[in-house]
Amino acid sequence: MRRNWIGGTFGWLWLVVVLLPLYFVLITSLKSISTYFGSNPVLPSLPLAVENVTAVLEADFTQYLLNSVLVAVGTVVPLVLMAFMASYSIVRGTRRVFGPVRSLFLLGLAIPVQATIVPIYLMIIRMHMYDSLVALMIPAIAFGLPLSILIISNSLRDVPRELFEAMDIDGSTEWQKMWRLAFPIVRPALVTVAVYQALMSWNGFLFPLILTQSPDKRTLPLALWSFQGEYATNVPVVMAAVVLSSIPIVILYAFGRRYLVSGMTAGSGK
Amino acid sequence: MTALSPATPQLAVTGAEAEAAPVQRAPSAADSRRPRGERVHISHVLFALPALAFFAIFALLPLLGVVVLSFTSWNGIGAIQFTGLTSWAETLTRSTTWQGLGLVLIMIVATWLLQTPLSILLGTFLAGQQRYRNVLAVLYFLPLLLSSAAIAITFKSLLDPNFGLATGLDMPLLKQNWLGDPVLVWGVLLFIIAWQFIPFHTLIYQGAVSQIPQSMYEAAQIDGAGRVRQFFSITLPQLKYTLITSSTLMVVGALTYFDIIFVLTQGGPGVATRILPLDMYLTGFRGNEMGVASALAVMLVVIGLGLALGVQRLGGKDASASQMEGA
Repeated sequence: MRRNWIGGTFGWLWLVVVLLPLYFVLITSLKSISTYFGSNPVLPSLPLAVENVTAVLEADFTQYLLNSVLVAVGTVVPLVLMAFMASYSIVRGTRRVFGPVRSLFLLGLAIPVQATIVPIYLMIIRMHMYDSLVALMIPAIAFGLPLSILIISNSLRDVPRELFEAMDIDGSTEWQKMWRLAFPIVRPALVTVAVYQALMSWNGFLFPLILTQSPDKRTLPLALWSFQGEYATNVPVVMAAVVLSSIPIVILYAFGRRYLVSGMTAGSGK
Repeated sequence: MTALSPATPQLAVTGAEAEAAPVQRAPSAADSRRPRGERVHISHVLFALPALAFFAIFALLPLLGVVVLSFTSWNGIGAIQFTGLTSWAETLTRSTTWQGLGLVLIMIVATWLLQTPLSILLGTFLAGQQRYRNVLAVLYFLPLLLSSAAIAITFKSLLDPNFGLATGLDMPLLKQNWLGDPVLVWGVLLFIIAWQFIPFHTLIYQGAVSQIPQSMYEAAQIDGAGRVRQFFSITLPQLKYTLITSSTLMVVGALTYFDIIFVLTQGGPGVATRILPLDMYLTGFRGNEMGVASALAVMLVVIGLGLALGVQRLGGKDASASQMEGA
């Protein structure tokens, strides 16, 4: 087969486009402020300025990291559990009742989350949860449910009916069938949902922006944003913060790439 | 990677509509008396209840709430007053609304024109058999991992006229007031958004292209079709449903860009990048006009649904047929 020159050229060109900014962040994060002003911006320079990392850590970075982890875990765990249980009912329950339930959840995929910020803000205030980490979990769970249920119920549908019937003969309850049979089988789908929603939570910006106020309630993206305001003159330190805030996600990607990819594309394909 | 490769991709939303149709049909008396041994298990209802309640209260209720709030005046702190059409009247008569709406339309069209051809090209390229393309796919994905805040901050320093790319590569052409010029800033925005989202659409197209049967290409080769001819006669037509899906996500996505513009420009210079979602946030949470912000949000929802349905309609009737079959 002849070579695909056009595709190949664009393919490698795009790789440069993708990697150049990432490379720039990395090398800049390791420059001291004086080398930043003096050296060529696209070339690395020695000595490596480890003090940037120290500066970031001293600027309450660990607090923001902890907040981000707490919000991600507090979102993903209830979200996966609720979505799994609902998916079980949607797939195993009577169509007459759970068909419309499924449609209702799928309709949720069409809601632009941004459009709900005013009512969400109002509800969070009235529930006296403004400026708390719980406030960030609530909308993330609610708007994460539709896609999660779509992914999990697609996977549950592939479980052979005979397995459930076999457990019926043993006199198992629905609860037992759900946890002992369905749960282990759809575990990959649950991991997909968990990994994807963790990423969404980790990178979320809008809800932290409108639902929190105190510096000690900031999650990482919001902290980065205020950080660049405070350290406007010290770009290497800001870049170090960008790098540090991305490390957990890159680790997640390294171990769960397959799950992340299928989570991302699940909303678009079947 | 099961979810990655849709032969006949469907937007789940329309799938839901297809699914809902048989349910709405009034069941005959015999049907409802004896629904083929299907009892309503109380345990099923209980399992679904937490998710259903949570979703209804924190997703559906806000959606209704935004409509209700658009008929009120509220400064975000004090009492909420019903003021009828006052907020709507203000929303529809202020120039920033129409400016924001116009910018959103520009964003949608420009994003689509820029990202779709590139994504198809890169997706087709990645779908090739060579091993090194897997490595490229892994690297292409990286921008999807970063938060919009991180991306905006990165590009801000990359575009710095004195300490960024222009100096580093010694290219005076790149030495521009990128974020201060109302035209240039759009070039920057469109580029960054493409940088962030082309990987996602490339991924979708890659999945779709690798589903096209190899035999179709072999047949075309026997007929003497060249590489380019094969692309236009086989690959592109086979990507029709993927194109619809990707375009829907792109178009609706472009309607709601917020984070990146907020961090990068705050809507500036002037109001050059104050697109509708950003205008909504600034009006509500900075200008303390929550009624107007709600009216803008209602506009967003309506335009979003309209665009999604429009793109699907453009795709033709075949789309829904293939969804039925795939469901």
